[in-house]
Amino acid sequence: MSDVGIWTHDGFEMVVGLEVHVELATNTKLFSGAPNRFGDDPNTNIDPVSLGLPGALPVLNRQAVELAMRIGLALNCTVQSCTFARKNYFYPDMPKAYQISQYDRPLNIDGHLEIADGIVIGIERAHLEEDTGKSTHIGGSGRIHGSEGSMIDFNRAGVPLVEIVSRPDIRSPEQARQYVNELRAILVEIGASDARMEEGSMRVDANVSVRRPGEEFGTRCEIKNVNSVRSLGRAIDYEARRQIAMISDGEAIRQETRHWDEGDGRTHTLRTKEDADDYRYFPDPDLVPLDPGNEWIESVRANLPMLPAARRIRLAEMTGQSAAAEAIATIVERRQDDYVIAVAEIAGGADRVLIHVKEAFSEQGSEPTVPAADLAALVAMEVAGELTSTQTKTLLGDLVDQGGGDPAAMAAARGFEAMYTSELDGFVDAAIAADPDAWAKFCAGDGKAMGALVGHVMKASRGQADGKAVTAMLNARKG
Amino acid sequence: MSGFQNARSIVEAVSTGATSAVDVLSEHLARIDEREAEVHAFNLVLREEALQAAQQIDDRIAAGEVVGPLAGVPIALKDNLCTRGIPTTCSSKILDGWRPPYDATVVSRLASSGAVFVGKTNLDEFAMGSSTENSAFGPTRNPLDTSRVPGGSSGGSAAAVAAGFAAMSLGSDTGGSIRQPAALCGLVGVKPTYGAVSRLGLIAFASSLDQIGPFTHDVADAALLLESIAGHDPGDSTSIPQPFPSLSESLTRGVDGMRIGRIVDLPAGADAEVVASVDRAFDVLASAGAEIVDVSIPAFTYGLTAYYLIAPAEASSNLARYDGVRFGSRVEAPDTNSMYMATRGEGFGPEVKRRIMLGTYALSAGYYDAYYGKALKVRRLMAEDFAKVYQSVDALITPASPSVAFPFGSKTSDPLAMYLCDTYTIPSNLIGHPAMSVPFGSGEQDLPIGVQVLAPEMGEPTMFAVAAELERAAGGSHV
Amino acid sequence: MAKLARLELTGEELDEATTRLAGMLAHFADIDALNLDDVEPMTQPYELVNVMRDDAPLDTLDHDEVLAAAPDASDGRFGVPPILGLEL
Repeated sequence: MSDVGIWTHDGFEMVVGLEVHVELATNTKLFSGAPNRFGDDPNTNIDPVSLGLPGALPVLNRQAVELAMRIGLALNCTVQSCTFARKNYFYPDMPKAYQISQYDRPLNIDGHLEIADGIVIGIERAHLEEDTGKSTHIGGSGRIHGSEGSMIDFNRAGVPLVEIVSRPDIRSPEQARQYVNELRAILVEIGASDARMEEGSMRVDANVSVRRPGEEFGTRCEIKNVNSVRSLGRAIDYEARRQIAMISDGEAIRQETRHWDEGDGRTHTLRTKEDADDYRYFPDPDLVPLDPGNEWIESVRANLPMLPAARRIRLAEMTGQSAAAEAIATIVERRQDDYVIAVAEIAGGADRVLIHVKEAFSEQGSEPTVPAADLAALVAMEVAGELTSTQTKTLLGDLVDQGGGDPAAMAAARGFEAMYTSELDGFVDAAIAADPDAWAKFCAGDGKAMGALVGHVMKASRGQADGKAVTAMLNARKG
Repeated sequence: MSGFQNARSIVEAVSTGATSAVDVLSEHLARIDEREAEVHAFNLVLREEALQAAQQIDDRIAAGEVVGPLAGVPIALKDNLCTRGIPTTCSSKILDGWRPPYDATVVSRLASSGAVFVGKTNLDEFAMGSSTENSAFGPTRNPLDTSRVPGGSSGGSAAAVAAGFAAMSLGSDTGGSIRQPAALCGLVGVKPTYGAVSRLGLIAFASSLDQIGPFTHDVADAALLLESIAGHDPGDSTSIPQPFPSLSESLTRGVDGMRIGRIVDLPAGADAEVVASVDRAFDVLASAGAEIVDVSIPAFTYGLTAYYLIAPAEASSNLARYDGVRFGSRVEAPDTNSMYMATRGEGFGPEVKRRIMLGTYALSAGYYDAYYGKALKVRRLMAEDFAKVYQSVDALITPASPSVAFPFGSKTSDPLAMYLCDTYTIPSNLIGHPAMSVPFGSGEQDLPIGVQVLAPEMGEPTMFAVAAELERAAGGSHV
Repeated sequence: MAKLARLELTGEELDEATTRLAGMLAHFADIDALNLDDVEPMTQPYELVNVMRDDAPLDTLDHDEVLAAAPDASDGRFGVPPILGLEL
């Protein structure tokens, strides 16, 4: 597991909080019945609310509330009665010139997310708000600066978002990446969102400051335009170093919003605090308060699926691994843990199943094409010593290629003879008889002597004996 | 007002075939031809569309269909109600020529009731004003005395009915914009309980205060129109879920045994003749069997301040969407920000701009608590005061407008003078209670005076009973 | 304030507005006399809660009708001049 704990530079540490915006997987928008769909022709999923037409009124989407509550509960938040507020600012992709969001009383508060053994990132709030439209800039190589104008598509305007705001508990780029990856896994698991950064259904902004450990928090800068988990780590690292350099030069950090440029690997000023508009938040008079009530909250909680962290623990216990082991993380991430468990329930040998699935099923997805029974049969043969590990690997490849099969038949077809225990017994007897000196030395505790005996067995069995099984047998006989 | 046919008799005649919808409409169109140039009630007369609609109604009746409770009634719509494909301007340059792609809910409901829309009426720009002098398309004149204002903001809707251009009309009321013009034009004007009539498709001024309501010749017509448009709308989150109460029984019930409140600490400022009319109203109700109870509402006097902080604050946010991006007029400029400034600078009139700035200020950082926040608390105090009072009375009577119709230009130089027009009407908007103005007596130059009836939330049946009694005493329509 | 509200005002309008607004704010001082410490703000007249709708699609607008009403549209999108100096 990579090092998530420590990042320091010139005696400073970084203090990072992340704001993650997630598009919810609903059929329709947050406050209207226009479709919530990606990729349609511009301005076709629109209605008076999406366009902010005069006389339009918002009505809250119940499913968006359900999904937002799932997110809050999965992040260990308290779900509370809440209100909607208008955040007023002018921008062409904001149809009403205000965004309906939550300010004073958000739906979910005070949660946390564990990212690695013992490292817990606090979550301040996770609230509902509506998304904006999308602008494309003409000329000026697609950037705003130097553009000739912009074209706006309002399909996305009004799509439901949950904004998840972490506390400034993150202390390294790797922790930030872990946070986002784990968050994404949860969001997908609970069906709230497909959370794809490349597609924009999950967007991450980072608030970065630096300090000498133990001192007060420094001035922070907000970093925007981070489009992948990898970029997130790079951007945070760059920004922290930038701030440290400034402080070391005696310069004060200006509180501002900065734009991450993937191309040149730096952040650049976007706007300063003074430029920022006053949002003039006030309760939206077109909407009424939302009070989900205990019954609904508990029903959502009860219906939450097993989350990735719990899945890792379950798989780890079953396979005798640590929950932090890479194989465990990989299998759960691929959502193949249910499969592994199903196979192991038939065949036993959970630790073997884990390894095989990890190594051979990377392309298989969460519903592997190899029937559990078939893989179970293979593992059973392996565990029983009927196949060597090399043979097992080969047949495993065959199963994957063919989408299943009968391992016994396949073994026979390949000429892998099952090395039955009794036959093996016989070879071991013969080996002991053939080299009594080696046997005596081995029984007296000379481990090297075993090599000779194993060699006899291998020769006699024309290499078909499973080395491990032979060793086990010799040890058992030694007593 | 006198002599014009009321809507009930039109429905009766048209439904039975005694007269045709086309004939009824033609009478109204003839009056429009005669006096509209002078009165300017309309931004747009829908001559051809109305004739077609009337013809269709006649065809359906001839075919034996039942058309609806408003069959053949010519109705005018305030030009802040969205009508699909028909220009809806809010009497503002910024929306000049804009055709909504959808109908307001009330418009659909009226259409299914068989109403015939004669036109879109003039208003103070974006419903901000009390005289219709703030329209970008020129003022509307009071048909009873064209040197005077019809009131506002729904001045055009009031004038249309008062001049016989339409048998009924819809206006909107945020601080008195139906009741005050009704009083000034000698009509019945109703602001329903907040949430009783859907706001979907009403171009918002102040979302927690706006309500749509009727202008009619008499109380029974108002009940008819209100019942046709009221009722839950799932497209408006602030729409009351319970069914709207029936009003027919109220019209004949009388006030025997009712307790009517006289507010002893009502703010001063009403002209003597108006006060006299209100006093006579109490006498009339007492003679009809009501008990008159003196009550105190200390917070009443703070209504004006609370309103002129809350309404502009909400308006500043609601009007931010007029930015030239998606609809309406645009002033070209080298960058988006300049485009916003120029478009809005050019497209909005001075009163609208002043209120937007006031509202922006009231919400801004550092001032929210002192202004908007405080105003919201004052609102709560008012609600509590009224709730207490309604434990000992069933309804309240106050002036509607402090004066009869005033001459053009007489209040435009001092905005406070104009705002004081709303002194008695504002509290009902702030706390969401219903209120209506009924013609009762007249003042200088024989100009009509309106008496306001107030009732608790969903108290329309009580309110209409009192109003009907006043109307009977004033010699108005007999039920 | 005018900048925050994206309103371009002539010098005259600005003067007029400033005077009027100052006058109004002076008038509003009357509520300062009230003790509002224990009073809850009232955003809406009624205590409605939990108004929601099902996650089912409703009619969308006609794409052409909407773009026809736009001041500047091409390629199915709404056009604006270069975006500078604004929130991102």
